[in-house]
Amino acid sequence: MNAPVILDRRRVLQGGGALIVSFSLGRALAQEGSPAGAAPKRPGSLAVAPYLDSWLRIDADGRITAFTGKAELGQGFKTAFQQIAAEQLDVPFEAIHVVTADTQLTANEGYTAGSHSMQDSGTAILNAAAQVRELLIAQAAGRLGLAAENLRTENGAVIAPDGRRLTYGELVAADLLHVQAQPQSKLKDPASFKIMGHAVPRVDIPAKVTGGEAYVQDMRLSGMVHARVVRPPSYGAQLVECDSAAVERLPGVLKVVRDGNFLAVIANKEFQAIKAMNALAAAAKWKESQNLPKQDDLLNVLTGLPSQDSIIFERSDPSVSGQKTLEATYTRPYQSHGSIGPSCAVAHFVDDAMTVWTHTQGVYPDRQAIAEMLRMSPASVRLIHVEGSGCYGHNGADDVAADAALIARALPGRPVRVQWMREQEHAWEPFGPAMVTKLKASIDGGGRIADWNFAVWSNTHSMRPGNAGTLLAAQHMAQAFAVPPPKPLPLPEGGGDRNAIPLYTFANARVVHHFIAAMPLRISAMRGLGAYHNVFSIESFMDELAGLAGADPVEFRLRHLEDPRGRDVVEKAAQEFGWKQDRKPPPGRGYGFAFARYKNLAAYCAIASEVEVNSETGRARLLRAVAAVDSGQVVNPDGLTNQIEGAIMQSMSWTLYESVSFDDTRITSIDWQTYPILRFDAVPDRIDVHIINRPGQPFLGSGETGQGPAAASIANAIAHATGKRLRDLPLTRKRIKDAIDA
Amino acid sequence: MMTLKVNGQDNQIDADPDTPLLYVLRDDLKLNAAKFGCGLGQCGSCTVIVDGKAVLSCVTPLVLLKGKQVTTLEGLGTVSAPAPIQRAFMEEQAAQCGYCIAGMMMRAQALLLRNPKPTDAEIRAELQPNLCRCGTHMRILRAVHRAARLMDTADASANARSGQ
Amino acid sequence: MAGMARSPRIIASIVAVALIVGAAAFAVVWRPAIAAIERPSPASFDPAVIKRGRELAALGNCNSCHTRQGGQDFAGGLPVPTPFGVIYSSNITPDPETGIGQWSEAAFARAMMTGVDREGRHLYPTFPYDHFTNVTDEDDRALYAFLMTRPPVHAPARPNELMFPLDQRPVIAGWKLLFLRGETFRPDPAKSAEWNHGAYLVDGLAHCGSCHTPRNALGAERASAQFAGGEADNWRAYALNDRAHAPVSWNAESLYAYLRNGWHPDHGTARGPMAEVVSNLSTVSDRDVRAIAIYMADISGAPKPESDRGAVLAQVEPASAQADAAGAAIYAAACASCHESGRPLPYGGVNLALSTAVTSPDPRNLANTVLSGVAAVAGERSPIMPGFADSMTDAQVTSLLNYLRARFSKEQPWTGVEKTVADARRSQTALLQSSVGPRNAPADPSQRDQP
Ligand code: FES
Ligand code: FES
Repeated sequence: MNAPVILDRRRVLQGGGALIVSFSLGRALAQEGSPAGAAPKRPGSLAVAPYLDSWLRIDADGRITAFTGKAELGQGFKTAFQQIAAEQLDVPFEAIHVVTADTQLTANEGYTAGSHSMQDSGTAILNAAAQVRELLIAQAAGRLGLAAENLRTENGAVIAPDGRRLTYGELVAADLLHVQAQPQSKLKDPASFKIMGHAVPRVDIPAKVTGGEAYVQDMRLSGMVHARVVRPPSYGAQLVECDSAAVERLPGVLKVVRDGNFLAVIANKEFQAIKAMNALAAAAKWKESQNLPKQDDLLNVLTGLPSQDSIIFERSDPSVSGQKTLEATYTRPYQSHGSIGPSCAVAHFVDDAMTVWTHTQGVYPDRQAIAEMLRMSPASVRLIHVEGSGCYGHNGADDVAADAALIARALPGRPVRVQWMREQEHAWEPFGPAMVTKLKASIDGGGRIADWNFAVWSNTHSMRPGNAGTLLAAQHMAQAFAVPPPKPLPLPEGGGDRNAIPLYTFANARVVHHFIAAMPLRISAMRGLGAYHNVFSIESFMDELAGLAGADPVEFRLRHLEDPRGRDVVEKAAQEFGWKQDRKPPPGRGYGFAFARYKNLAAYCAIASEVEVNSETGRARLLRAVAAVDSGQVVNPDGLTNQIEGAIMQSMSWTLYESVSFDDTRITSIDWQTYPILRFDAVPDRIDVHIINRPGQPFLGSGETGQGPAAASIANAIAHATGKRLRDLPLTRKRIKDAIDA
Repeated sequence: MMTLKVNGQDNQIDADPDTPLLYVLRDDLKLNAAKFGCGLGQCGSCTVIVDGKAVLSCVTPLVLLKGKQVTTLEGLGTVSAPAPIQRAFMEEQAAQCGYCIAGMMMRAQALLLRNPKPTDAEIRAELQPNLCRCGTHMRILRAVHRAARLMDTADASANARSGQ
Repeated sequence: MAGMARSPRIIASIVAVALIVGAAAFAVVWRPAIAAIERPSPASFDPAVIKRGRELAALGNCNSCHTRQGGQDFAGGLPVPTPFGVIYSSNITPDPETGIGQWSEAAFARAMMTGVDREGRHLYPTFPYDHFTNVTDEDDRALYAFLMTRPPVHAPARPNELMFPLDQRPVIAGWKLLFLRGETFRPDPAKSAEWNHGAYLVDGLAHCGSCHTPRNALGAERASAQFAGGEADNWRAYALNDRAHAPVSWNAESLYAYLRNGWHPDHGTARGPMAEVVSNLSTVSDRDVRAIAIYMADISGAPKPESDRGAVLAQVEPASAQADAAGAAIYAAACASCHESGRPLPYGGVNLALSTAVTSPDPRNLANTVLSGVAAVAGERSPIMPGFADSMTDAQVTSLLNYLRARFSKEQPWTGVEKTVADARRSQTALLQSSVGPRNAPADPSQRDQP
C-alpha cells in the first residue's frame, strides 16, 4: 500500500474494461492547451487538466484510483484526497487508491507548493469525483430506464428504489469518464459527510512506524548501485586537478564520473561509495573565489544591491493624518530547509530512456530541466515522485535528481541511487532568502493607524527548475548551463512581497517591493516564502504601535480588521488562550499574539503564545501556544492540526535559533553543530490548535499559514517578557541577553 | 565475514570492520527503518537498539558489534501485529514526513525498557539527541507516554495469562 | 548504620580530631546572627554595579553550583558529591524564606569572607570561602547587588546527606581553624597591573584552585601544591603549573583564546566541568579573561622547547606493533572519521596527539569523553561528539584508550584503565542526570570549516 506505486502503461492498459489513463502525448497536449478563453473556469486543477479520467479511474472490477499531480511531502494530503474521493463517490475510504505525481500517469499540476495541494488538486478531485458519480448515475439511469433523481449511490454501486443494483465496475465503459469536467458540480451536502471532515488515520503512517519501504531513500531496485557526488568547496569553485586513478582502484568502485566541475563516484555498496567519495574529495584541487557578502551586515548588503522597485499597494485618504509616528527595521537571515534526511534520488538509464525516482516537488518542471541538461527530449525522460523526508520548500531534491540522472547516464542499464551527505545538503541546498523590511506608521488621535508604510527588500523566492540552469549538476558540467535570470513572483501570491500587503484596513497605506535580482547566496522557495518575514514584521510592528496607542494588542488588531473570518480566528485564539487586557504574566514570562491570512488568500491563522525568558542566559522558551485556524471546509481535522502544530514548532526553531553562516568564500553552517535547530529541551509544554470548520466552503491551503504568525507571536511575547523589542531574526539567546543587559 | 545478530537472526556480513552498522542494516540486510540523517552522530535518525541500549548506528562500526544483539524497528512488530510503541505512534498519528520517527521510537523503546514509567521530563531528556524537522515533537511525546501505558497493560495482561 | 561501619577508618579518625578541635574552638569561632532585613527594592541598586556583579557571578561560576538541572537559576539544590557525603547547594536568590532575601549586605560579605550564614551557622567549604576571602568589598557589594536583583525563587533547601558527625556544623569551625587562612589578596608590586588583576580573580572569585589544586584528606587545598592538578566531578582538573601535561605548552595567547572561545586548535575543546566555566567566561569582559590568561601563563612557567605544535605532530608515529590491535580497529572505525577529517576545531575532532587527555597521567578524562561525548548546547552553534557509552563495552573502551596512549603520546602506558573506565561509566551516568551542563555556547561559529 505504501510502497512506491509504479503503474506502468502496459499494466494500466491490461486493465480490461477499464479506462485508459495513461497520458498519451495528444491527451497531454489537449489538457495543457485548453481552448482560449472559451469555457468558464473549472474548479481547482480541473482548469488545467479538464478530463475526468485524468483524476479518477474505475476498473471493471470496481477498483478505484485517484490521480494527483501533487507530491506527498509528509503533509498527509494523500489521505485527505482519498477521503474526498471516497466521500464524493460514496465508496468506503479503503476502496480508493491514490497515485501521486508521475509524468507518465498524472496531470501536470506544476509544483506542490504554496499550500496549493488542497486548493488545486483537492478541489479537482472533489469536483471530478462528484461529477463521476453523476455520470455513473446517469449511466445507470439509462440502463435501468429510470430517472436519475430516483437513484442513489452507496458503497460503490448505484441503487434503484426497487433494490436493483449496478456496481460502478459494471457501469463504467471505455470512454465514460473521458469527458471534460463541467464548471459546476453537484457536491454532496456537508451535513451528510461520513468520511470528509473526520479524523481518518493517515495511510502512510503504518509503513513509517514499522520499517516498511516508505521513502525514495528506501528504494532498492534490482542491480542498483550507489553513487556519491563530490561538490566543490564553495560557489563557483573550479576543479583544477583531480587524479582519480587511486580512487578507481578502491574496493567496489565501478566508475568515477567527471564532467567539468561535476565529480562523482559509483560503487557497488553504499559505504564503499562514501569512502571513495572521501578519497576523491581529498584528491580534488579547487580554485575558489572570495565573493560572499558579510554575514553580519545583511541589512546593508541587501539594501545596497540594485533593486527593481514597485509600489504594490497604495491607498490614501488625506482627511486622516497621524500624530505619533514610529519607524522600525526588521531583518531575516538566510535559513536552511534542513531536512532530516539528505536529498536522494534513483535514476535508471536504459534504451535511451531515463527514469528518475525523486522527491521533487514538481515532476513535470524537473523533467523539463533534466531533459534539457541531458539534451534529451522530455518524452524520453520520466520522473516519478516517491516520498522523501520532509522538504519545506525547494531543497536539494531536484539537484540530487539531476545528479542521479547525470551519473546514471554514465552507467547505462544499472539503477543508480544517490544520496547527499549532510554537509552537502547544508552547504548546497538553496536557502530561504535573507530579507529586510522597513516600516513606518503613525497613530491618529483616536488610537488608529492613520498611515502605514511598508518596504521590503528581497530576492526572488523561487529558483525552481524548469530550466536546466537551476540545477547544480547542470551548472557544474563542462558545457555549463547558466542560472536563469530570477523573476519576482507575481502578485497576488507574490514572493518576497508575499503577505507584504496588510489585511488590516488603514486610511493611508503604501507598500513597496524592492526586488533584488543579484543572489549572493543560492536561494529558492522555503515554506511561507516572503510571508514568514513580512508577517513577522507587520505583526511585530502592530504590537509596537499598539504600545504607542496604549491599546491591548488583540483589541488593537480587531480595531483595524474588517474581514469577518479574520476576526473570528483572532477572537477564537484570544479566547482559548485566556487573553485578557492588561493581564500580568508571572515574572520572566510574556504573552504574545499575531495573526495573518496566508497570502491574503489562503487559510487564516491566529496564534497566542506564552514565552519564558531566562534573564541570566537570555534563553527564551515557548511554553504554550494556542492557535485558531480557518482553512475552509476541513477534510481531515487531525491532519490539519498536525500541520499547524508542526508549523508552530518549525517556525519557533527558525525564529529563535536559525541562520546560515558563511565567511567570504564558503558556507560554514554545514551540519547540526553549525546549524542548530530545536531539540526536545525547548519543546513547549503544550500546543492547542482550534479549527474553525467552514462546511461547504472552498479548501484554503494551510501548510504554511502558521509560519509568520508563530514567529511574530513569539517575538511579541519576548518583548512582553523583557520590555525589549528584537527586530533581527533569529531572536537568539545572545541577542536577547544583550537586549536585556543594554 | 562476521556474524551479526539482528532482530534475533544470525547474519553473515561481508563488509569491512569499519563499516558503520547503519550501512550494514540498510545495504546488506535491506532493512529500511534506520535512516541516514547525518552520519555524524548529531541527529538520531539512525538510532537502533544494541543489547538493550539506544545506539547511533551511523557511528557504530561493525567492529564494535561482535557478540551483541541488534534490534531495529522491524524487529519490534509489524503493521498487522504492531508492538506497543508502534501502536502508540499510529494511534497518536505521531508523524509528519516520518523520517525521524524510527529513530525516535527506538530511543523511546530503549528508555521504556529500562524505565517503564518515565516522567515527561525524563522522556524529553532522553530524546534530546534526536532531531525532528517537521515539528512533530508534541505528538512524539504523547506517543511515548501512550506506549508506556500500552506496555503496562500488555505486561499486566501477559502476566495474567501466564498466571503470575 | 551498617554503612557507617564500612566507611573508611581514616575518615572516622579525622572526624574525631576535627570534632575535638572544633568543639574547643567553638567559643572562638562562634558568630552571632545578623538581623534580618526587608528585601531591598531592586531599584535601589545602581545598574552599573549590578552589571559588574553579573560579570563577577559569571567569573565565580556561581550558577554552576547554585542551579540544578531543570531548576531555576541560583535557586540551589544541586547535589555536590564529596568524599564525606552529598551536600546540596543553597538558594541564593532573594527569596526571603528560602533564599537570601533577608540578608543585609554585611551578612552577605561575612558569608563570603568567613563562610558563615546570616543566622551565624557555619557553611560547608564546598562553598569556596577559602578563596572568597580575597574578594574585595567592592566586588562583594556588586555580587550582592546582582543577586538581590534576581527573580526570587521559593526553593527550600534539601537536607545534606552527610555522615555523622560531619553533619554537625560546629565541625566546620574546626576545619576553618585548621585551613581557613582568612588572608586577603595582596598585589605583587613587581608584576604588571594585568598580572595582578588576573591573580586576584584566579585566587579569589574564580577559585580555580578549588579544582586544579590537590586536596588533603580533610578536603582542604594543599597550599604547597598549588595548581598541581586536582579533580572535579570525577574529571581530572589538569595541572596548571609547570608540571602541566599539555603536549603543546600553553602561553598567554593560547590560554586567552581557550578561555574566551572554549577551545584552542593546539589543545582541543573544553568539556566536563570546564565547559561550564568557559561557558560562563564567554559572558565576561575581554579584560578579565586576558588578565586570567596572563597570570596563569606565568604560573605555568616557560614553554618547553620540544612542545610546539609542529614538533608534537611530527612525533606521532604510525601505530606501533605492540599497540592494542582491537583498539586500533576501533579508533580507525569510530574516531578517525572526525579526528582525522582535517576539519578545524571546534567542529572537527582534535588531532589526539595534541590532547592533554591522552598525555595526562590519569586516563579518566579520556574515558569520560569517549563514554559521554560532547552534547549539543541547545539552540547554539556548538561542537557535538557522540558518546559511546552505549555502544562500547568497558573492554572496548579500555582497548581504545590503551591504543590512543601508545599511538599519540610518548608516555608510559596507563595502568588500571579497565577500572577507570568502569568508574567513569558509573560517575558520568550519575553526573549527566544532575548537572545543567554548559548553557552558553563557547564555540566561535565564524571559523571556516571544510565542506
Ligand atoms: S544519522 Fe546517525 S546520528 Fe544522524
Ligand atoms: S516527522 Fe519529519 S522529521 Fe520528524
